[in-house]
This record gives sequence, structure tokens and C-alpha cells, in this order.
Amino acid sequence: MDKNFAARRRRDLIIAAVLAVMAALAPLFVKDVYVQNILILTLMYAALSQSWNILSGYCGQISLGHALYFGIGAYTTELLFTKFGVLPWFGMISGGVIAALIAMVLGYPFFRLRGHYFVIATIVIAEIGLLLFQNWDWAGAALGITIPVRGDSWLKFQFLRSKLPYFYFALALCCLAWFVTWWLEDSKWGFWWRAVKDNPDAAESLGVVVFNSKMGAAAVSAFLVAIGGAFYAQYLAYIDPESVMGFQFSLLMALPAVLGGIGTLWGAVLGAAILIPMTELTRSYIGGSGRGVDLIVYGTLIVLISLALPQGLVSLFSRAKAKGATR
Amino acid sequence: MGEDAVTAQAIIQSLASGLLMGLLYGLIAVGLALIFGLMDVVNFAHGEFLMIAMYATFFLFAFFAIDPLLSAPLVAAALFIFGAVVYLLIVRFAMRAKANAGMVQIFSTFGLAIVMRGLAQFFFTPDYRSIPQSWLGGKTVSVAGIFLPEPQLIGALVSIAAFAGLYFFINRTDFGRALEATREDPGAVALVGIDKNRVFALGWGLGAALVGLAGAIMAVFFYIYPDVGASFALIAYVTVALGGFGSVFGAFAGGIVVGLVEAVTALVLPPSLKSVGIYAVYLLVVFIRPRGLFGSM
Amino acid sequence: MTALLETRGVWQRFGGLVANSDVSISVGRGEIVGLIGPNGAGKSTLFNLIAGVLPPTQGSIWFDGQDVTRMRAAERCQLGVGRTFQVVKSFETMTVVDNVIVGALVRNTVMREARRKAYEVLDFTGLAARAEVLASDLVPAEKRRLEVARALATEPKLLLLDEVLTGLTPTEAQTGVALVRKVRDAGITVLMVEHVMEIVMPLVDRAIVLDLGKVLVEGKPTEVVRDPKVISAYLGDRHAVSA
Repeated sequence: MDKNFAARRRRDLIIAAVLAVMAALAPLFVKDVYVQNILILTLMYAALSQSWNILSGYCGQISLGHALYFGIGAYTTELLFTKFGVLPWFGMISGGVIAALIAMVLGYPFFRLRGHYFVIATIVIAEIGLLLFQNWDWAGAALGITIPVRGDSWLKFQFLRSKLPYFYFALALCCLAWFVTWWLEDSKWGFWWRAVKDNPDAAESLGVVVFNSKMGAAAVSAFLVAIGGAFYAQYLAYIDPESVMGFQFSLLMALPAVLGGIGTLWGAVLGAAILIPMTELTRSYIGGSGRGVDLIVYGTLIVLISLALPQGLVSLFSRAKAKGATR
Repeated sequence: MGEDAVTAQAIIQSLASGLLMGLLYGLIAVGLALIFGLMDVVNFAHGEFLMIAMYATFFLFAFFAIDPLLSAPLVAAALFIFGAVVYLLIVRFAMRAKANAGMVQIFSTFGLAIVMRGLAQFFFTPDYRSIPQSWLGGKTVSVAGIFLPEPQLIGALVSIAAFAGLYFFINRTDFGRALEATREDPGAVALVGIDKNRVFALGWGLGAALVGLAGAIMAVFFYIYPDVGASFALIAYVTVALGGFGSVFGAFAGGIVVGLVEAVTALVLPPSLKSVGIYAVYLLVVFIRPRGLFGSM
Repeated sequence: MTALLETRGVWQRFGGLVANSDVSISVGRGEIVGLIGPNGAGKSTLFNLIAGVLPPTQGSIWFDGQDVTRMRAAERCQLGVGRTFQVVKSFETMTVVDNVIVGALVRNTVMREARRKAYEVLDFTGLAARAEVLASDLVPAEKRRLEVARALATEPKLLLLDEVLTGLTPTEAQTGVALVRKVRDAGITVLMVEHVMEIVMPLVDRAIVLDLGKVLVEGKPTEVVRDPKVISAYLGDRHAVSA
């Protein structure tokens, strides 16, 4: 039994490594900038959703306000860069740390709330953040910040000629978020989170300090999402409140994991690989006249998946495997 | 002295408008509270229910020249059917989820909200629309030097009437009693021979009809566009939370509080920040009194 | 020798309702003590006070020579108080062994050791064959057993059992009784709440009968069942099986 478990963990790691290598080789075949852009966004949302999944999937605290941390990552990086000349790499880490701290400060009152009160509080706090940034003149208010781009530089993490550096960064971030999840899944924290999600009272009786576990999950989750926000800001070279802190980001972080399988190791990656290309493709092929088709398609998917496969698409795989195992 | 009078006037003016808006917020939110009270489910598509009610009102006006005041009952009736259908087609199944029950409830109605927004964009385009001329639109009444816009005034009256009707309905009719009984103990109700599904479907219909009524009035003085529901939905959640989730008359009181807080915030902060006051009040209330200001239990 | 667990003049009021009034009990090391009484006697409240779900309105609770009155459930678990729930609270989306690992992590920080400990406990409780099954797929009797296994994995000095034998078939109850004995033989003190006397009386070393929030009688099971006060308390309760 013990060996089965270790073998499964090793197998997951090997699959991930193979996928990562395949992804890393993709640019050899994909020269089209449009497709490269879709790949970058897919990897980014996979990373974001993987991070969201730590708090909302594993620990069960469903947040629909993670756009706040995304925006904080973006704004910290760009404010430090444009106002003080701090390199984006430091800005990225600072953004992550600030987001994690804010998540813990907010967690202090938030984690006493249960169910819908918690979900709505997360929407509300992200909305407050958005409104504050829209009115914060020093940070560019609603007009936002344009990042001066002067040629290719790894130091400043900005590139004009090619999207590939961004691609590899997004891939690295995705791998990092996946690996952190993989590693935490078989750790004290991972077990605590799942216990808290399933039954906080029972968890408490088994020595789990419920409050601290939620705080830990929130901090890790916010940190990684803020790194994603910093990346996105560098990638766009322009940010404004709506385009890095809008509600749609909270949604786009949640949906891949929900579709793929909330609280599972592979759900977020699988969900993003389906959802993001689909969204981008419907958006551009159906074009202006078909506005809203992307929403209709993935809204329908969400309804169907949450009703028919509440454990997400990955449950199809495990179900097939379970059938094979009993024979 | 003169300046003070002006300020006092301005304060009274904005409190009065806040009160009227608040009564409308109560009407928007009450359907959400009703459904939550009945079956512990938050309808995350509530704002979109409001949105389609507004569009329905708009098209009845644009194609058939039916004034919103007259179409309001029609819209409410249409929404009643829509709400019941949503229950029967989606929510009924979401309630059966064994794994990830909370997630399923949230995302099934959330997915519906996204679909509805998409459909609205697809069929109605993202353009902003408005009803240019209606019986009430643009008119104001002056009471003791305070100007009250007629649509909001009538809206507030409709809201009061709707709550009074709801009160009568819940306390005096068989269905109302069945509703109350199901809220209190769904298990026992089944024993008495009341079909739980029917009560739930009717509850969803009633909740949707109420937001339909609100939508018809909102259409008179508010822009109509596919995302219009989103901002009102958040206000509705706040209203319901203030009133104590599930308390129908808490929603009435919660609406008034939200309207007044919004008015006061707009006096103190720049207009673009007026919602911050409402959100702050929500956070404050749930942290201090997690059951809401007017929630019993 | 000091008692392992002691409650000193514990009161619990809920609004105007008094659930426990001036309850002082003690449990010695290595004992199996039954906490019994008719419905509404305040057993569950006392049990929750000892487990640390909520602090008492008045009085103090001592465990292993330490005042734990204000300690939370998680801290008490660290000190060596394990408990089960009357209404089972399994981690439904986790496998049986993962459920038990959560408990094992209290004393084992290295995952591999926690896992080994969990399998050891599963063997001990007879659940080893079901290790890889989702907790939600267990039958009720197995879920009860899982509750015990999870609590045992925390390596408690005192195990609090909340009606683990109620509602089982006679065969299942027999296995349950055997398990409780085995637990005691492993050196763990047991305090068990049961509503139905006849199940627990042959098992316990000592019985404490609560009625109307107060300690009614305390003593050897054979003496307690004959006590007229106990008989009348139970006869007043229609649900009880007369002893």
C-alpha cells in the first residue's frame, strides 16, 4: 500500500516533467505569434489557477477576489520600477510578499466567516481594491501606468523582438505552482488543508489549528498569484486597475480549477489547457459580431461540469482507472 | 448661515434620494433573501435576473410601446416562469451534489450568470440602451424644496407595496405557509405531504418575479446593458447579508441602510467611490455580527 | 496517583438553560469510565467541555496535572486528549488512510512516519483492508471505527468516545466492545458516553450517571444499575432500555 502511494507520486512527477519538456520544445514548431500568445496565456492561467486552488480547492475557502493579489503583484512591480527604478525581479518578489501579507491581514477577520459570507467578502474586498486604485492618483488612477520598454533585456525583463522569454517565464511559473502543489500535497500542510475543507471541527479535534492552516494556504496562494500579476504587467507593458484587478481575473483563476477538478493536482492545468485556448479562439474566430459567444460556451461548460462532474474532468481519468483496478 | 441652510438642504436631499434608492435595493434583494431562506442557496445569477427583466421591459417598450409601469406585471410574470425553470433545470440537480456541494451550488448558478451575460451580449449587443420617454422618466416631484425623481418615488412605493403583499402572502395563504414550513423544517414538510420540489420551484419563481418587478422600474431610469446585473448583484448580496441572510423583511431594512449609506458616502467621498461605503459596511457588519444587523437566530 | 482527568465544579449555561451544574468528576489512569444518563442529562455538553469545543461558564478542567480550561481543542489534542464524534465527521473526500494520517501528524512530523503510524493504527482497528477507500464509501459501522482510528493515531493518553456503540448491530457492537478493551490494554484511558446502559455496563470499570446536569450516582457498574435513583431517572425516560 505504502509503495503504491510512493509510485503514484513518482508517476505524477514524471508526467509533469515530460509535459514540461514537451511544452519547452513547443516554440520550435510554433512560430506564429498569435498562437504563442495563446500558449503564454494558457500557461499563465494554469499557474494562477493552480495557485488559487491551494486556498480554494485544497483548503476549501472559495475566493472570488484573487484579482486583488494579481493586481497587487502587477502594481507593486510597476510602481517600484517606474517610480524608483527597482528591477522587476525584485518588484515581483516584493509584490508576492506584500500580497501574502495582505492575505494574512485580511485572513484574520475573513477566516471567521463561513460559506457565502466568506465568498461575498472576497468579492467585496477585491472590488474595494479596484475602486481605490482607480482613485489613487499617484498610482496613475484609472489611466494606469505605461511601462517604458527600451529594447530586450533580461535584467529589466522586457522584450520587444520575441515573445519567447515570456513564454519560458510563464512555463517556469506554471511548473513552480504545480511543483509547490505537488510538494505540499504530501506534507503536513496539505493534509491539514484537506481536513479543514472536509470538516473543520474534526480537524480541530485532531490537533489541526484550523485558523493557522487557512492563513498558510492564503499566504502561499496570494504570493504565487501576485508573481503571476507581476509577469502579466511586464508582458503587457501597460497596466490600469480594470486590466489587472478586474473581477474577470478572479473568475479566470477559479474556472480552470473548477472545470478540471477543484482541489486536485492536475485539475487546474487540464482546465486551463481546455478553457483558455477555447476562449481565445472563439473570441477571435467568431469575432465582433459574435461577442459573448465565449461567455456562452464556457458558462455552459461550467454549469454542465459542476452538475454532472462535480469533481471535474480529472475524475473521468480516476474513474476509468478505478474500473480497471477492480477487474 | 445661508451656506449652512444650503448644506442642510443638500444633506436632506441626498438622504431622501438614498431612502428611495434603498427601498428599491430592498426590492432587488428580497428575491435573493427569499431563496436563501428557503433552501440555503445563494443565487449567483441574481443580478442577471435583474438584467433580463430590464431588457424585457426595454423591448416591450421599444416594440410594443408598452410603458414600463404597465409592463411591470408582465415582466414579473415572465420572470416567475424563468425562475421556476431555472430551479427545475439547474438548481434542483445542484442540490443533489454529494461531493463539493458548496462549490457546485456556487458555480452552477455562477455559470448560468455567465451564460446569461453572454447571451445578452450576443443578442442585444454590448451597447448601452435606455428608455427615452416613459410616463415617469425624467420627471421630478418637489416636496418642501426637495426634489424627488418620479421613477424612484414610484419605485419606492412599489417596493413598499410588494413587501406588504409579500407579508400578507407569507402569513395568510396556503402556499405562503408551505413556504414558511419548508424554510423551518424541510424534512417534516415531506411528512405532511407537501412536495418539496414544488415549493422550491414556486419559491424560485416568486423570488425571480420580485426582482423582475424591480428590473421593470430600474429600466425607466438606468442604462440597460449586459453587465448591468453585476454591480447590482453585489449590492443585493450586501443588502441580504445586512438583513441577515434569508430574512425577507431583513432585506427591506437592509435595503434602506444600503441606500442611506450610499447617499452619505457620496456626500463625503468622490462619487466614483460611493460603493466603498456600502462594501465597508458589509465587511463591518459581518465581522461584528455575522448574522447580519437584523438577522434573528 | 493523581487523576488523569478532573473537572472541578464545572457549570455550563446556555442562556437561561443550565446544561451542567457543579459537575466534578475524575478519571484515573488506565480506567474505562462510562458517562451515562438519560436524554438531556448533559452528557454531551460535559463531553464537549472536556474535549475543548467550548470553555465552561464556570469551574475548571484539569488534564494530566495541567489546567486546560481555556485551551482549545487542538491544543488539548497535542497534550493527549483524543475524541470521536457522535455524529461521525469523517473527511469524506479523503481516503481512509489519509483520514488517519491527519491524526498521526500530531506526533509525527515526517510524512513517511505519519503514514506508517496510520497503517499501524488501521491494523489495530481492523480497517487495514479499507485503507485506500474513500471515507464517504464506508458503511456506518466502519465510519465509527474510523473515528476511533483517527483519534488513536494522535496517540492520546485519554480517549473520549461519544456513543460509538449506539446504533450498531449486536455483532458490530461486540467488535466495538472488543476494540475498546484492546485500546485500554494498550495503556490508554477511556471515557465513554453512552445513552443505553446495557451496552456499556459490562465494559466499564466505573460508571458516572448524570441526570439533569448533575452527577447523580458514581460507582461500580453493578452497584450503579441497582441504585434506585438511577432506575427512577431512567424510568422517567421512555427511550431507555431498563437495566
